[in-house]
Formats: sequence, C-alpha cells, structure tokens
Amino acid sequence: MLRALLLTLSVVAIAHAELCKPDAQNAFKVRISIKTALGDNAYAWDANEEYLFKAMVAFAMRRYSSKSTTQISNVLLCNVTDRVSFWFVVTDSSKNVTTVPRTEVEAAIRMNRNRINSAFLLSDKTLQFLKITSTLSPPVEPSTPVWLIVFGVVLCLIVAGIVFLVVSGIQKHKKKNKESTERENLEEKVEVTLENGIPCEALDLKTGHINGVFAADDERFTSL
Amino acid sequence: LSATAEIPKEDGRPKWDNKFQYILSCIGFAVGLGNVWRFPYLCQIHGGGAFLIPYFIALLFEGIPLLHLELALGQCLRKGSIGAWNTISPYLGGIGVGSWVVSVLVSLYYNTVLTWVMWYFINSFQQPLPWSVCPLNENRTGFNEECYESTAVSYFWYRKTLNVTPDITESGTLQWWLILCLATCWAIVYLCTIRGIETTGKAIYVTAIFPYLVLTIFLIQGLTLPGATEGLIYLFTPNLNTLKNPRVWLDAATQIFFSLSLAFGGLIAFASYNPTKNDCEKDAVTVAIVNSMTSLYASIPVFSVLGFKATTAYRDCLDRNIISIINEFDLPEESIMRQNYTSWISFLNSSYPEKIAGLKLKSCNLQEFLDQSVSGTGLAFIVFTQAIILMPGSQAWAILFFIMLFSLGLSSMFGNIEGVFTPLLELRIIPKSAPKELLSGIICLISFLIALCFTLGSGSYWIDIFDRYAASVPLLVVGFFEVIGVAYIYKIKRFSKDVEWMTGRKLNLYWHITWRFISPLLLLIVFMAFVTLQMQKPPSYTAWNPKYEGFPMKEEKVYPPWVQAICVLLAALPCVCVPLAALFHLIKQKRTSKDPSFVPPEVFSCQGANS
Repeated sequence: MLRALLLTLSVVAIAHAELCKPDAQNAFKVRISIKTALGDNAYAWDANEEYLFKAMVAFAMRRYSSKSTTQISNVLLCNVTDRVSFWFVVTDSSKNVTTVPRTEVEAAIRMNRNRINSAFLLSDKTLQFLKITSTLSPPVEPSTPVWLIVFGVVLCLIVAGIVFLVVSGIQKHKKKNKESTERENLEEKVEVTLENGIPCEALDLKTGHINGVFAADDERFTSL
Repeated sequence: LSATAEIPKEDGRPKWDNKFQYILSCIGFAVGLGNVWRFPYLCQIHGGGAFLIPYFIALLFEGIPLLHLELALGQCLRKGSIGAWNTISPYLGGIGVGSWVVSVLVSLYYNTVLTWVMWYFINSFQQPLPWSVCPLNENRTGFNEECYESTAVSYFWYRKTLNVTPDITESGTLQWWLILCLATCWAIVYLCTIRGIETTGKAIYVTAIFPYLVLTIFLIQGLTLPGATEGLIYLFTPNLNTLKNPRVWLDAATQIFFSLSLAFGGLIAFASYNPTKNDCEKDAVTVAIVNSMTSLYASIPVFSVLGFKATTAYRDCLDRNIISIINEFDLPEESIMRQNYTSWISFLNSSYPEKIAGLKLKSCNLQEFLDQSVSGTGLAFIVFTQAIILMPGSQAWAILFFIMLFSLGLSSMFGNIEGVFTPLLELRIIPKSAPKELLSGIICLISFLIALCFTLGSGSYWIDIFDRYAASVPLLVVGFFEVIGVAYIYKIKRFSKDVEWMTGRKLNLYWHITWRFISPLLLLIVFMAFVTLQMQKPPSYTAWNPKYEGFPMKEEKVYPPWVQAICVLLAALPCVCVPLAALFHLIKQKRTSKDPSFVPPEVFSCQGANS
C-alpha cells in the first residue's frame, strides 16, 4: 500500500517535472521586479507569494472559462531564480497529464491582467509575462484640444489690443482734424487787419465821422 | 500702450521717449535667437573657451566699428536706410535699397520661426507634454511606428508641427494649425509696430528685458541639475589647437556680423529718431558689448541643460544594459549598479563571452553624448524640449522657455520691420494724410500672405534656404559697401567732423584706422572665404524621410537645379541693387544734363542740416 502510494507520488512528480520546465509547450516565463516597483517597501518573494500567484492564475482561468474546475494545484511553478523569474503551466485536471493550451491561458491572463497586477502591487512593466503583449491604454484626450483654448485666449487679447489702438488712433486723428479746422477759422478772422481794435473794413468812408477840427478851413492857412 | 501725442521735432519726425528706450531697442534688435542657439554651438565645436579669442578680435575690428558707423550715419542724416544713402551720394542709394530688400526677405521667414515657437508655447499647457509620449498606432498594440523608430520629441517636431515632406520638391499641403499661429504672430507684430517707434518703444521694455529674467531663472535651475558641471566643463575647456583652423576665424567673424544685425538698415532707422547731439560712440560700444555678454550669459544655462541631458542619457544607457544583463543571467535586482557596472562587465565577458555578445549591448560613453552638438531649431525644439521633459515641473519650464524665445525673436522683428517701414514712410508710398497704421497694416498683411508658403509641408526646407542665402552673403556685401561708401566717397574727414559735432569730442585714432583700412579689408576677406566655402560642395540639405534605410538619421539630398537658381537669386537680388541703382542714377544724370562727369556729392553735413 505504502509502496503504491510512493509510486503514484513519484509518477505525479515526474509528470509535473515533465510538464513544467523552461520552454515547455504551453509554459510561460514570468519576470518580477519588486525592488524597481516598490523601492524600500519591497517585500520578499517567498513560498506564500508563490501560493498567491498560483491562486491568481487559477482565478483568472476560472473567470475566463467560467467553469469552476481549475484548482490551485493545477498551476505548476518551476525554475524560480533570484531575479525573480519562473516558469508556470496550467494543467487540465479533466484530461490526464496535459496542459491547457497557451492561447487559453494567454487570453485568461490578458482579461484579468489588472487584477493580477494589483494583487502584487505591481504594474505591467514590473510583472512581466513574457510573450503576452499588454493592451496599451489610450492617452486621455479632452474633447477640445487644450492648445486651441490657449490659442483662442491669446488671439482675443491681441485683437482687443489692435482694435483699441486703431480706434484711439482714429479718435486722435479726428480730434487733430477738428482742432486744425477750428484754428483755420480763427486765423481767417485774425487775417482781417485791425486798426485800434476796429476792423478796417468797418471804416467805410461813407459812414465815417468827420473830425471838425481837421476840417479843411482854408482861411486859416495863408495862401501862397 | 497709451496713445501719447507724438512730440515731433521741427521736421515732424517722431522721436524716442527717452535714451533708454533707444538703447533697449538696439540691444533687443541685436540680441536674438542666434545668441541662444548659435553662439553656444559654435563655442562647443570650435574648442570651447578658445573660441572667445577670435570672437573678441572680430568684435573689436569688425563689429564695433560697423555698429558705430551705422548709428552715427542714421543719427546724422535723420533718415531711413534708402534716404540716408541717397543723401550721402545718389550713386550709393543702392546700398539702402539692398538693405531694404534684405530686411523684407528676413522679416518674411523670421516670423515663421516665431510661429513654431508660438505653437510649442500653446502646446505647453498640457499634462503630459505632447512631445513626451508617442501616440499609439491604429490597433493600439504598440506605438506609432515613425515615433517609435525615432524619438517622441523628433516625432512631435517633424510630424505634428511641421508635417514635413521627405523632399523639397514635394510641397505638401498648407498646415492649418501653422496658419493660425502665423496669423497670430503677424497680429502681434502689427500690434507692436502699428505706429512705428511710438508703439515698439513701449513694447520693447517687456520684450527686451524679459529674456534676461528667464535666462537667470534657467541659470539657477540649470546649475542645480545633475550633470550640469560636466556640460559646463565641456563647453569652456579651451582647446587652442582649433585656432589653427581658418574655419574657426571665419565662423567668429560671421557670427559677430550677423549677431549684431548689421547692414539690415534697422539700426540706421532707430538712430534716425535720435536727437543729433547724442553720443553715438558710447551707444555703439554699449550695444556691442551687451550683445556679446548676453551670448556668453546665455550659453551657461544652455550648456548646463545639455550636460544634464547627456548625463541622463548616459545613465539611461547604463540602466538599459544592466537590465538586459540581469534578465539574461537571472541575477537578483540591484546586484549590478552603475558604479560596479564595468567590473561586472569584464567579469561576465571573460566567463560568458557568447552570451554577452548575444545581448548586443550599446557602449555607453558620456563623452559621446556630450559631443552630440546641435544648433538652430534642432537645439530649441528637439534637444531642449527633451531635457525639459526630464525636469520636475516641466510645463512651467516649457512655458518660460518658449516665451523667452518668443520675446527674443519679437524684439529682433521690431528692428526688421522698422528697417522696412521707415524707408517706405519716407518714400511717401501712401499719401501723407493717410495714417501710419495703414502702412504698417499693409506691410504686415502682405508679409503674412507671402509667408503662407512657409506653412507648407516643405516650408522648413525653404526657411533654411532663406536663412543660408538671403541673410548671409547680401549682408556681407552691403556691409562692405557701407564702409567703403562712408570711408572713401563721403570721406572720413567729413564724417569725423560730423561725429565730433554729435558726440562733442574728437574721433579716436582707433575709429580712423578701423573705418579706413581694417574693417573693409576684414569684410572682403570674410566675404571671399564665405563664398569659397559655399561653392566647394554642391548645396545640399538633410531631409526627414521615414522611408529612408538609415532612418532616424536624416537623408542627405542635393537641391534640384530650379531650387539652386532660387538660392542664387535670393543671394544676388540685394547685391545687384547696389550697382543697378548707381547705373540708374548715371542714366538719369545723362538725360537731364549733357555733362556725364561724376557729380560730386552735395556738400552736406550734420551741422548744416540741423542748425
């Protein structure tokens, strides 16, 4: 009995070793950079973290295929290095000693990538599944491009400045014209010659006053 | 911008509000984009501190004498470039016309450079900066291919800003965003030059002083960045061997000449609004020294930032290599640091040479990164923008940087426009009753319409052509004729009497020697060397072609014949104005009087005109 048990265990172990090895069929390499991501808050990678990883992969498989058959024991890890990097496969418990095709695993991981990343406090760059490309999130674009808004502000200010200057120039021009016409009218009046404050034109000979003292009184002068 | 009534002199000419405005306008005209993006580059490639020797010699024997000449001329004759040269001698009127043509050509393309600056400025208000990330491709699996192959910064400049075509013959379409920015720039220029020096005099307080503030801020910031000291040491370490190369002396002479904005006619125009009893000698020396000091001052933050960028690139290179090694050998993180990188590499190379070779590691050399020298638009829009992304608070730095570039360029534009505006005003192109605002509006509108050509896909190639041909050789020719005209036709004796009357003291021997012999000789040598150098190889340009095998390197192409013809036309047009105008006047003289002999210039002097 004991021998049979030992035999089965060893067969299972060898089978597992066969399934999970570097570059095996349907196996993926994972590379984790904890220190780069967390710096001083980095945790150590130990057996508990590996357990969590297996759980997350099983969770991803369950969510993807929506059949609750994948167990944590179905996920096999091997070749863990100090880097930290390792290989993993997902075995199929319904079929004996086979692995789930890589396309299924890939699709499952992609669908739940966010959840897996958050469980380890890492990102797409620091928790790398080699050969699984991640969908890049599109950059956030506002409805109106920001530069148009700034441009509108700048243009409005400049147009306001130009209008102000042109209008003030026209006003100054009008004032100068008005001043010059007023001065012209004044000059016309000034052109009239003045004699003791009386315009000469007013001195119409017909209406002039004759000064009696200087009236020609011929008798006063001796004749020649 | 109050509408102060102009207080004209007896001859109705506007004048500066105060002396400081005039000096500031001249400094603003001289200090331009070239002080920031050409002088540091020349320092770098010509042996660092050693370049200062030919630079200051050129300043002493070429820059200051010519500057004094132009300012004295404008102040004495009180006319723009065309009127001034016509007064000196009707046969020399062509010099003024040549200056005017160059000012027109330069105004056209210079404002388009400001358009690019404005475009970057209004894009600096976003988070993250648009030139820091590559856009995604159509199915969102990766980045845009053109961007990925080159860098995000180059992609934003060549594709998103210029949308450049791979060849100068392919014109491409008008880029609407550039048209909007171009219209804004010309509106700003119109706003500031609307009434000539009345309005530019107010605007110059801001546009001439602001760049110094920003340069100081960048200086303080730049010196605190890691790697700044490497950049500065690299810049200023003198390598006296380079002085044996005549090319260095030629570059120094041309840099001084173009940096002081001589022979544009703008300086003559500025000086013509001065009262005649003004010390133009002191002004000239002040402006020249301030310009050179500004160049030096600007190169310090530029090189701090470049040193920072080189150090960051070097560190990134090392980090990338470290990651590849760690991943390949599955070593724990942080086992290889930058400090012990070299020892690790030698250890691994001896034990696993094939694996190391298979990784294809790039050799990281700090000197190589520092050696990548760029000048011109490449420095501002590619290298500097990349460095700004790496700084904390990048939006603020980007906004400051681009406002500074805009102010620098705008104050130079004022001088250019004044060089176009003043002669036209004096030639009475529009009736005297029409307001000045109309003439400046017409100039800005026509320039805007012509400059639309530069917003095409191939626009940047055309701007390079204008920069290389319209703004180089003609200026040297006009400058040479200016000195010859004053020294030998107007005669130094008369001119020195005029200058003595204006400044109130006798003309120094230095001015006599430089005006009569040294400056003309120097200009002649520089002109011949410059033309010889240009003719040595067929004129070529580098094009941004994503389909080129060597992409992201730029593809070297030769100009097609019709483009070469345009280059020659641009260079020759201002130059032929000089002999053509003399010929024209000679024919006119022959028609009016039977006596074809040389008419001696009218006896004219500053005292006679203004006493």
